[in-house]
Amino acid sequence: MLNVGKIEEGFVLDHIKAGRSLSIYHYLGLDRLDCPVAIIKNARSDVMGKKDILKVECSIDALDLDVLAFLDHDITVNVIKNGEIVEKKTLPLPKEIRGVIHCSNPRCITSVERGLPHIFYLADEEKGTYRCRYCDERFHETDASVKY
Amino acid sequence: MRHLLSPEDFTVQELDQLFDLAADIESNMGRYAHVCDGRILATCFYEPSTRTRLSFESAMHRLGGSVLGFADASNSSASKGESVADTIRVVSCYSDICAIRHPKEGAAAVAAQFSRIPVINAGDGGHQHPTQTLTDLLTIRSLKGRLSELSIGLCGDLKFGRTVHSLIHAMSRYANIRFYFISPPELRVPDYITDKLREMNIPFEEVIRLEDVLGDLDLLYMTRVQKERFFNEEDYIRLKDFYILDEEKMRLAREDMQILHPLPRVNEISVELDKDPRAAYFRQVQYGVYVRMALIMTLLSLKAE
Repeated sequence: MLNVGKIEEGFVLDHIKAGRSLSIYHYLGLDRLDCPVAIIKNARSDVMGKKDILKVECSIDALDLDVLAFLDHDITVNVIKNGEIVEKKTLPLPKEIRGVIHCSNPRCITSVERGLPHIFYLADEEKGTYRCRYCDERFHETDASVKY
Repeated sequence: MRHLLSPEDFTVQELDQLFDLAADIESNMGRYAHVCDGRILATCFYEPSTRTRLSFESAMHRLGGSVLGFADASNSSASKGESVADTIRVVSCYSDICAIRHPKEGAAAVAAQFSRIPVINAGDGGHQHPTQTLTDLLTIRSLKGRLSELSIGLCGDLKFGRTVHSLIHAMSRYANIRFYFISPPELRVPDYITDKLREMNIPFEEVIRLEDVLGDLDLLYMTRVQKERFFNEEDYIRLKDFYILDEEKMRLAREDMQILHPLPRVNEISVELDKDPRAAYFRQVQYGVYVRMALIMTLLSLKAE
């Protein structure tokens, strides 16, 4: 079993789908932060078989975790202070996603307008449906990929 | 500052006020002849649309204002590669209000985001055409005396027809509306719209034959199958003359049923019906001018003396 030391303050992102930790790492901008990060790939999991884990030692205000729920519903966020878990966060779906996913509608203005951020709004919270702010096209995971 | 990007940008109460103003304009045109003295409307049309553009220009001229703009993208800086955001920033310096038509969906929303003046969406691809919807609602209210308690048939291209989609959304906000969707299977209303109607418990029926429901309708909204919405010309040719409304079919309709059409018409309404008192599509064009006059006044917060 691989052991990674405890962190004093920061986050442990657990139950990441195996193989997706690097994507999450890039999306959260961890490559731009000057803080210790442990990326654990393919850790054994009773429930998931294999999973990824990210341990981030940083101020708990340093990261915007809102979009995690959209990227992966099953991620557990443990908030660490003084070496202890002080909160297990369940993340609601963000009302708006900006610059993460792209509209796949070839008739959408975002396909031709320079410098326009791709923005999606939460159209149906129950079904987790997101629509493009400009053309109202529904986001399908198969149509577009997360862009970094 | 307000814009009109979608018919839902206005509440039902605000629409009532807008239609009251349009009705007053219809009755007292002279009172409004100088409301927009010294004001300029920009018409930025990136794709040709004679009717909508002329309707806006007529509305502004009838209010005493002036108009500038371009009628297709090849005459504008867009042909040199200018973005919508830059164009509207420039147009904001030249005019007081802008009507924009663009082939890309969401273009008017981008314009509104960067504009210093009110923006009116005059059609953004297959997405929204709110002033057509306002025209349709004013026509229905004027001819039927109400916007509730109506059985509405929509016939033709219900898949790509943005006027149809907008009208369904807009009419869904009124009480006791029943829809009849009449189309070939290939041009049915998109699922997201029928799903929404089910959620809202608004009754609707989908049929292929116009004759099956014609006698049940208070209004029949005919549409043209639009060539520019098809990627495949064969499909267009196969579907373009699927419905033709003529005198024989109209014998099945009620005496007080009204025929609406966003125009231009091709073959879907026989010209012999133009003299039928139930043919309301040219009156609809006139209501389009009144409602655009009311809209310009509303967005510029102007009142008649």
